[in-house]
Amino acid sequence: MAYSDKVIDHYNHPRNVGSMPKDDQNVGTGLVGAPECGDVMKLQMRINPETQVIEEAKFKTFGCGSAIASSSLATEWVKGKTVEEALAIKNTDIVRELSLPPVKIHCSVLAEDAIKAAIGDWKQKHGVETTVEKSSSSHS
Amino acid sequence: MSINLPVYMDNHATTPVDPRVLDAMLPYFREKFGNSASRNHAFGWTAEEAVENARGQVARLINATPKEIIVTSGATESDNLAIKGVAEMYREKGNHIITQVTEHKAVLDTCKRLEKYGYEVTYLPVQKDGRVNLDELRSAITPKTILISIMYANNEIGVIQPIAEIGKIAKEKGVLFHVDGVQAAGKIPVDVQKDNIDLLAISAHKMYGPKGVGALYVRRRNPRVQLAAVIDGGGHERGMRSGTLNVPGIVGMGAAAEICQNEMPAESARMRALRDRLKDGLFARLDELYINGSMEHRLPNNLNISFAFVEGESLLMGINDIAVSSGSACTSATLEPSYVLKALGVGEDLAHTSIRFGLGRFNTEEDVDYVTDRVSEVVIRLRELSPLYEMAKEGVDLSKLTWKVD
Repeated sequence: MAYSDKVIDHYNHPRNVGSMPKDDQNVGTGLVGAPECGDVMKLQMRINPETQVIEEAKFKTFGCGSAIASSSLATEWVKGKTVEEALAIKNTDIVRELSLPPVKIHCSVLAEDAIKAAIGDWKQKHGVETTVEKSSSSHS
Repeated sequence: MSINLPVYMDNHATTPVDPRVLDAMLPYFREKFGNSASRNHAFGWTAEEAVENARGQVARLINATPKEIIVTSGATESDNLAIKGVAEMYREKGNHIITQVTEHKAVLDTCKRLEKYGYEVTYLPVQKDGRVNLDELRSAITPKTILISIMYANNEIGVIQPIAEIGKIAKEKGVLFHVDGVQAAGKIPVDVQKDNIDLLAISAHKMYGPKGVGALYVRRRNPRVQLAAVIDGGGHERGMRSGTLNVPGIVGMGAAAEICQNEMPAESARMRALRDRLKDGLFARLDELYINGSMEHRLPNNLNISFAFVEGESLLMGINDIAVSSGSACTSATLEPSYVLKALGVGEDLAHTSIRFGLGRFNTEEDVDYVTDRVSEVVIRLRELSPLYEMAKEGVDLSKLTWKVD
């Protein structure tokens, strides 16, 4: 299976690897996927409650190269965006950017789910009532 | 000694052709190109002599006689011929076949097809160590049972089945015994007499011979096994397998078998030493490693390890100058992790992290040390990236977590 240059680059040089304290009031954590499915992503964001800007993002991923690249890219993209802007990121944007083949689309879906889950967690901490939206395409 | 990159350590998939095998084959592509079925001239006689010589070489490797060796296009065809051939020929006697869940697809899918035609198939489970339970096997036999098909050694985990014991049971019950011997023949001693094997499939390219050629051993005495052909035509191979013989390929298979037989004592000891060096090296550097399948009943050149918390495909991506294979779903078209590991009761989470190392004749100690270094380095790097490893280190019991699966 051939990987795109961008996937290889993220795999070899993953951006923003790491963890932030889960209990921090300003940190939202999204943990999505399942070990049985071969993919688990943890995405964390530090969000400024005043400006709603995502100031920091970190990830850790168990999964194939495309899953690692999707989550690494997601951290790059959400950084500096507002919560609203971050929620607008679609899995298809990730597919396009990384040139993922059809069998790897679920990796991008998982990354979108992780963004939504992290923001949902942060909103919950701040008492913002939201239902975490499901991603635009279904996770097979 | 320097090493040649990439390192090939996937010898259960295929093996390189031994240069001595290639040398033996070349004349049969050039001046000795005759059809072994041509009875009227020297070209045919030369080819026929070469084929008969090769038949003898293959027969000796498994303690059979040359007439019991039917040449095929490979082990998949041999398995098909053995199972379908027996099913059709012994239909009057019964319609029940016993096999096991960790067989190669050449056996499983052949059995599945027969089920569509009214045959009944028992797929025995395996124990945690990958071996079939002899009591379960014995009690699965019915008066309708015509065939037991159990592999000698598994292609993923290298686990060796209790073939001699199964052969004894089959003989005692009057049931034919077919063995897929692809991974075992040429690597460990295989003796169709001692093991009471009635049919045995082998493949040339798994023992340093060419691709596209294999054999089926078909017992001729005590009992005389009869097969309905799968490929009809000119009546070659005693009517069991028509088609002009692949003379250069057969010569290569014979040469490969002879080399394997002559070198087996030394080679298997060397494989075992290299395999153990690899295993010990990895265990010395990494924690949370799990060996899949019995270590005791295992081919000397096989190692199958789950590198917990590191998904197999991402590991392969990091060691792209090493050829090994993974039981991870992501490497297969089906998105299902290895059915063999599942059958052992390995959780899907660990199945996704498994790597199969298959050592071979041309691997060196330097290869093993290189692979040990590279794999360890990449596993450590990917575990730094793994949320599961982090959680496990924090003391979270991952098996107790509920994961939201869509």
